Amino acid sequence: MELKYEVSGGDFTKAGYASSAVKKVLKKLSVDPKIIKRIVVALYEGEVNVVAHAYKGTISVDISPERIFIRIEDEGPGIPDIDLAMTVGYSTASPAVREMGFGAGMGLPNMKKNADELNVSSKVGQGTTVELITNLN
Amino acid sequence: MSNEQFYHALKVDEETCFGCTHCMNACPTQAVRIKDGVAVIQSEKCVDCGACLRVCPVDAIYIEQDDFEQIFKYNIRVAVLPSVFIGQFSRQHTAEEIIDVVKGLGFTHVVPGEAVVDVINEEMLAEYKTDREKPLISSFCPAIVSLIQLRFPALAQNIIPLKHPAEATALYYKQLLLESGTSADQIGMFYVTPCAAKISALRSTDKETVVDGIINMNFLYNKVYHVLNSKSEPNRNSEVVLPYYTPKVMEWSLTQGESKHMEGRCLAIDEIHNVISFLERVENEEVMNVDFLELRACDQSCAGGALMSENRFLTVERVHTRANRIQKSGLKVEEVKQNHLEYVREHLKIGEVEPRQTMALDQDMGKALKKMERVRSMMCFLPGVDCGVCGAPNCQSLAEDIVMKKAHLSDCGFLQRMMEKTKKLDPDHSIRIMEKIWGKDRLDKDCKKKGAKYEGL
Ligand SMILES: Nc1ncnc2c1ncn2[C@@H]1O[C@H](COP(=O)(O)OP(=O)(O)O)[C@@H](O)[C@H]1O
Ligand code: SF4
Ligand code: SF4
Ligand SMILES: [Mg+2]
Repeated sequence: MELKYEVSGGDFTKAGYASSAVKKVLKKLSVDPKIIKRIVVALYEGEVNVVAHAYKGTISVDISPERIFIRIEDEGPGIPDIDLAMTVGYSTASPAVREMGFGAGMGLPNMKKNADELNVSSKVGQGTTVELITNLN
Repeated sequence: MSNEQFYHALKVDEETCFGCTHCMNACPTQAVRIKDGVAVIQSEKCVDCGACLRVCPVDAIYIEQDDFEQIFKYNIRVAVLPSVFIGQFSRQHTAEEIIDVVKGLGFTHVVPGEAVVDVINEEMLAEYKTDREKPLISSFCPAIVSLIQLRFPALAQNIIPLKHPAEATALYYKQLLLESGTSADQIGMFYVTPCAAKISALRSTDKETVVDGIINMNFLYNKVYHVLNSKSEPNRNSEVVLPYYTPKVMEWSLTQGESKHMEGRCLAIDEIHNVISFLERVENEEVMNVDFLELRACDQSCAGGALMSENRFLTVERVHTRANRIQKSGLKVEEVKQNHLEYVREHLKIGEVEPRQTMALDQDMGKALKKMERVRSMMCFLPGVDCGVCGAPNCQSLAEDIVMKKAHLSDCGFLQRMMEKTKKLDPDHSIRIMEKIWGKDRLDKDCKKKGAKYEGL
């Protein structure tokens, strides 16, 4: 089963919409609460990154009894140095974004921690694609 | 797991209920359906919050209670009385006077339901220092505990597994009486409840309790109110300081009653919809660095319990006023003795709160996925107006009921029209479907209904 959500950049009040919707679905599918929590936490960070760093994006979630595959694709500035971006505490978030309580540089590390597999690819000036894979068995 | 039977004190009086849908729309867990013209509460989804009872225009939803006369089976009859009870009465009446009236009705002893909160508080603070996942969540409100088990299963482990204050108080008081030489079979412990949730918590089979019976607070309020108001003698005007009634005890069940005695970053949230939207965020880890959550299902916490008679805001103000007066008097309130606190402490822990996965469409994920896909394709056809004509609170609930084999697509009033048009459904048949949901005579003319010509005649 596939779920799709749109995310628009800059609108922090809406960040969390997709993760909440996915959470609702996973609960109905009797996925282990602990696994749901990991997925939702990782997805939320991904959603916030689109809102904070990109212009707009789409989230697609593919659910099967074996695994949950999430792809977050955005149009945005891209990430020049992915390894650097992955380091704990690294952030280019603007003071305004930090003011709102985001931009601690923990998003990508948190996604890595909570997913079984994380793939980040990016083209500077075009956008970023993040894949989160969670195995269910 | 899904076949567990859950005890609920809330019942629908089928004679009085006329299927108005108010409760169906008010239920925060979508537990209500209309069948044969009356509301039906789906037991596995209900958390006993009482939202349905509050909105019922004809008082058809009621809370089962034990017969009051049962108290006389015992020689020693103890009322475990939540402090909000006293808060319902105006300041003209001293707490002592109110309690005397309660005793006059047949109780030999009255003890505030929160008498042992000091030791509960200490244990909660001790939990703060353990590695239990933060935010810690209080187990005070049983409706919230059920809500978390049902809708926020991942947060069940955050709940501090402690007995409810009333249960712990009953345990203490019974011990006190036993020590004074009373034999156990002579003692009857009665809890006066402000809500249905407490009853369900005491009654659920997996919990042992020392409480022998439960009395609905509104029942006792009416009796006490009547006596107080028919008294001719002038009220005593100086408040005596009663044992146990410290400001902390009195205010514990109000909003911030617990949170202000906890450490770290503490939040108090009341009213179940507020709690749900906050827990959504906690679950997503959108809310960080919070140490303790006091969550209560009722607006204004227990002052707003479904069985409270007085206006909740007045009750809150009066409890605070009484508590402040005690505080200012500087008099020493007689409290529970240390050895008894230790006794309670030894019995305070309960088993970890386990999640209940009743939200799932199927326990088997593969099957649940198929059902979910069917729900999603049905939602393409259902109108999305959430009108309730199908007897379910919204289109999504109907679709889920259908895949759970509890309803049919033709229950939808909109789809019936379409099916009639394409000759898939006979108009007589759709009338029968409507009658099945709304009752046999629901489509008949009735001028006595609310707002109609001869209303009330
Ligand atoms: N979708 C994205 N588009 C552009 N840059 C991104 C994106 N996601 C992350 N980054 C970059 O990686 C950095 C680290 O991301 P993250 O770990 O989530 O921390 P934070 O978002 O708090 O800055 C960001 O500050 C940003 O420079
Ligand atoms: S008590 Fe609350 S959860 Fe139960 S049916 Fe009524 S409104 Fe729904
Ligand atoms: S807030 Fe108090 S009265 Fe209301 S449901 Fe919870 S325990 Fe009962
Ligand atoms: Mg981030």
